[in-house]
Amino acid sequence: MSKSSESKSAVSRRSALKTLGLGAGAAAALPLWARYSSAETAAPIRIGFQKHATGIGAAYGRWYDRTSQAAVRLINEAGGINGRMVELVTEDDGTDPKRGAEVIEKFATQSNCDVAFGTLFSHVVVGSAPRAGELKLPYFVVSEGHHVASGMLNRYTVQPGITDVKSQVQAMAPFVSQNLGKKVTMIFPDYAFGHDHRDFFTAAIEAQGGEVVGLIPIPPTETSFTKYFPKIPRETEVIYHVMVGPGVLTFVKELGEFFGPSRPEIFGFIDSLEAVDLASPGLEFLEGTYFWEGNPRYAQPDQTEYDKHFRAAIGIDENGASINDSKDVSTYAHMFGCWETLYVIKAGMEAAGYAGPQDRAKLIEAVEAITTMPHSNEHPQGAKVFNGKTHQVFGPQYISKVVDGKLMVVHTASIEDGMYPDEVDYTTQAL
Amino acid sequence: MTETQKILVLHVGLIALLFALNFILPAYHHGNLARVMVLATYAIGYNVMLGYTGLLSLGHAMFFAAGMYGMALSIRHLGFAPAPALLVGIASGAGLALVVGLLALRTAGVAFMIVTLMFAQTVYLTILLAGRWTRGDEGFVIQQHERVLWGIDLSDPSSRYLAALTLFAICLFATLNLIRRPLGRVFVAIRENEERARLLGYNVFRAKLFSVVISGTISAAAGASYGLLFGYAGATFATVQYSIFPLLWVLLGGTGTIIGPFLGALFMFYLIDLSSGVTNAYMLIAGVALVVLVMFAPQGIAGELRRRIWSWLP
Repeated sequence: MSKSSESKSAVSRRSALKTLGLGAGAAAALPLWARYSSAETAAPIRIGFQKHATGIGAAYGRWYDRTSQAAVRLINEAGGINGRMVELVTEDDGTDPKRGAEVIEKFATQSNCDVAFGTLFSHVVVGSAPRAGELKLPYFVVSEGHHVASGMLNRYTVQPGITDVKSQVQAMAPFVSQNLGKKVTMIFPDYAFGHDHRDFFTAAIEAQGGEVVGLIPIPPTETSFTKYFPKIPRETEVIYHVMVGPGVLTFVKELGEFFGPSRPEIFGFIDSLEAVDLASPGLEFLEGTYFWEGNPRYAQPDQTEYDKHFRAAIGIDENGASINDSKDVSTYAHMFGCWETLYVIKAGMEAAGYAGPQDRAKLIEAVEAITTMPHSNEHPQGAKVFNGKTHQVFGPQYISKVVDGKLMVVHTASIEDGMYPDEVDYTTQAL
Repeated sequence: MTETQKILVLHVGLIALLFALNFILPAYHHGNLARVMVLATYAIGYNVMLGYTGLLSLGHAMFFAAGMYGMALSIRHLGFAPAPALLVGIASGAGLALVVGLLALRTAGVAFMIVTLMFAQTVYLTILLAGRWTRGDEGFVIQQHERVLWGIDLSDPSSRYLAALTLFAICLFATLNLIRRPLGRVFVAIRENEERARLLGYNVFRAKLFSVVISGTISAAAGASYGLLFGYAGATFATVQYSIFPLLWVLLGGTGTIIGPFLGALFMFYLIDLSSGVTNAYMLIAGVALVVLVMFAPQGIAGELRRRIWSWLP
C-alpha cells in the first residue's frame, strides 16, 4: 500500500515536472503575438486618454481633460457602457510624436486599455497612429487634422467627434465671398497647418467665384509682423488669418496699428485665440471682425438645452470660461470633440456588444456603420454625419462676429457646406 | 582573463542578454527596449564626438533628422525600397556631417556649440519650409507595406526588436573597434590635449572631421532606422530638444564609455516613463536625477563603474 502510494507519488512528481517542463517549453515557444492579447474581464472599460498635459498643447490638454472627465462621469452615472463602468487612463504625451507613440504602446500592452482617445495636435496623431494600427488598438482622435480623411493613416484610426480642417475651411468660403468680399489675402504660418489653410481655402474661394490676391506666409520663428503688412495688396477686400502660438497677440496688435480705423474685412480662425480672453489688452482691434468657431464660446441668445447641459457638466460660464475662474478661458471651439467622441465610443461599443479587446475589430466596424448623429446632449455642438469609409465626421460650422468684445454667431454653415469627395476607403483595409 | 577578453565578454554579453530578452520580455518592455536600442545608437554616435574627441555639439538632431528624412523622402517620393532608402538616409547624414564639419570645425569650444546649434536650426526650418515634400511639422507616415526589408516586416514586434538590436550591435562593436585603433587613439589624444596632439604631428583638423563624419553617420543610421521601424518621419525630431537628448543620455551613462550611451538612454527612458505616471512635472524629476548624478557620479553610470570596479572599461 505504502509502496503503491510512493510509486504513485513518484509518478505524479515526475509528471508534474514533465508538465512544468512542457509548460516552460511552450511558454518559450509562444509566438510573440500571444503577448499582445489580453483576457476579457468584468473590470471597467479602460479608455486611454493621450493628453497634451505638457508642451505646446497644454492649454488644450487641460480643457480636453476636463471635458472628458465630465463626459465619463455622466456616462457612468447613466450606467456605463454595456453595464461596465468607464475609466479614463490618462498619460501625458508632452505634445510630442515620439512620446505619443510610446503612450499608445503603453495603453495597448501595459495599461490594458480597450481603446485610445483624445489626441489633438496633428504631429502627435500622425506619429502615434502607425503604432495604434500595428497594435490593432482603436484610436479615436480629436484633432481636426485632415490626416484621417486624406487616407494617410489606417483602419484603426477614427475621427468621429470633430470635423477636419478641409471641411471647416471649405464651409467658410461661401460666407466670406458673399458677405465680406471676393478678393482675399491670406496670412498664415509657414508650416503644415498654415499650408492646409492656404491650399484648401484657395480652392474653396475660387469655387465661389472669389480669388486669393495675396499669400503671406509667416516663418514659425517670427516675433514681429509689421514688416509683412505692406505686402498686403491694396485691392484686398478680406484678410484671412490663421496665426497661432504665443505671437498671436502681437500679430493682432500690430495689424491694428498698421491699418488704424480704415481696414478691410478681417476673418480668422479662433484657433489663434483659444484659451485667450478676448478682453486681453491689444485685442480691441478685433471688434467687428469675424471668426470661425467650432462651437460658439459665448452662450448665444438662442442657446440650446444641449449647450446648457454641456456647459453645466464641465463647469463653464456663459462667456466660455471656468465658473471658478473667469480668467481661465476654455478651448470651447474644439473640446466638444472629446465629449462627442466618448459618446461615439459608447454607441460603437454598445452596437458591437463589446466585451473586451478581442472585440476591437467589431468596434471599428460598428463605428464605421454609424451614419448620423442627432443634435442632442451627446452631440451638443450640432447634428453630425459620419463617413464610415473615410473615418471622418462632418458637422455644422459657426461664424461669429466680435461685438462688444464677445463672439456672436452670425452664420451657421450647414453640414453639406463642408462635405467633399472621399479620398480613401478604409473599409477595404484588413482588420 | 586579459583586458581584451574582459572587454569582449562584457560587450558580447550585453548583446547576448539583449538577444535573450527578445524572447522573455513582456510586450510593453519589449517595445520599449527596441526603441531604446535605436536611441542608444544615436547616443553612441554622439559619444564619438563628445566622449572620445571632446567636441560638444548642440545640433546633433540635424544628423538624426537627415537620416530619417533621407530614408523617408526617398520612399515617399522616389518609391525606393527600404534597403536603398536606408542607405540614402545614412549617406544624407554622412554628407551633411562632412559639410557641417568642414565649416563648424573652423571654430572651437563655445563657438562650435553655437555653430552646430545654428546649423541644426537651419535644417529644422528647411524641413518646415519644404512642407510640400516633408509635410512640415505634421510629418508623414511610412506605411506598413513600405517597411518590408528583404521580406521581413519591420512593423512586426520581434522583427523590429531584432533589427534594432542588429543596428545597435553593429554600431557598438564598430565604435569599440574604432577607439582601439590608431584613429580612435588620436581622437582621445585630441580630447585630452589638442595642442599636444598637433605638436606630435597629427592633423587635428582632419581627425576631428573624421570624428564629426563618423558621429553624424551613426546618428543618421539611427534616425533612418527609427523612421523605418516606427513608421513616422516628423520635424519634431530635428528640434533642439532632440539635440539635447543624446547629450543627456551620454552624460548620464558615462561620456567616453562604449556602454554608457545605452545605459543613459535606458535610464532616462524609464525615468521619464515611470515618473510621468506620478506627476506632470516629470521633467523636473529627470532634472533632479541629473543633478544628483552629476553631484555623486560626475562621470556617469559607466564612468563610475570604471572608476570603482572595472578600470579596464573602454
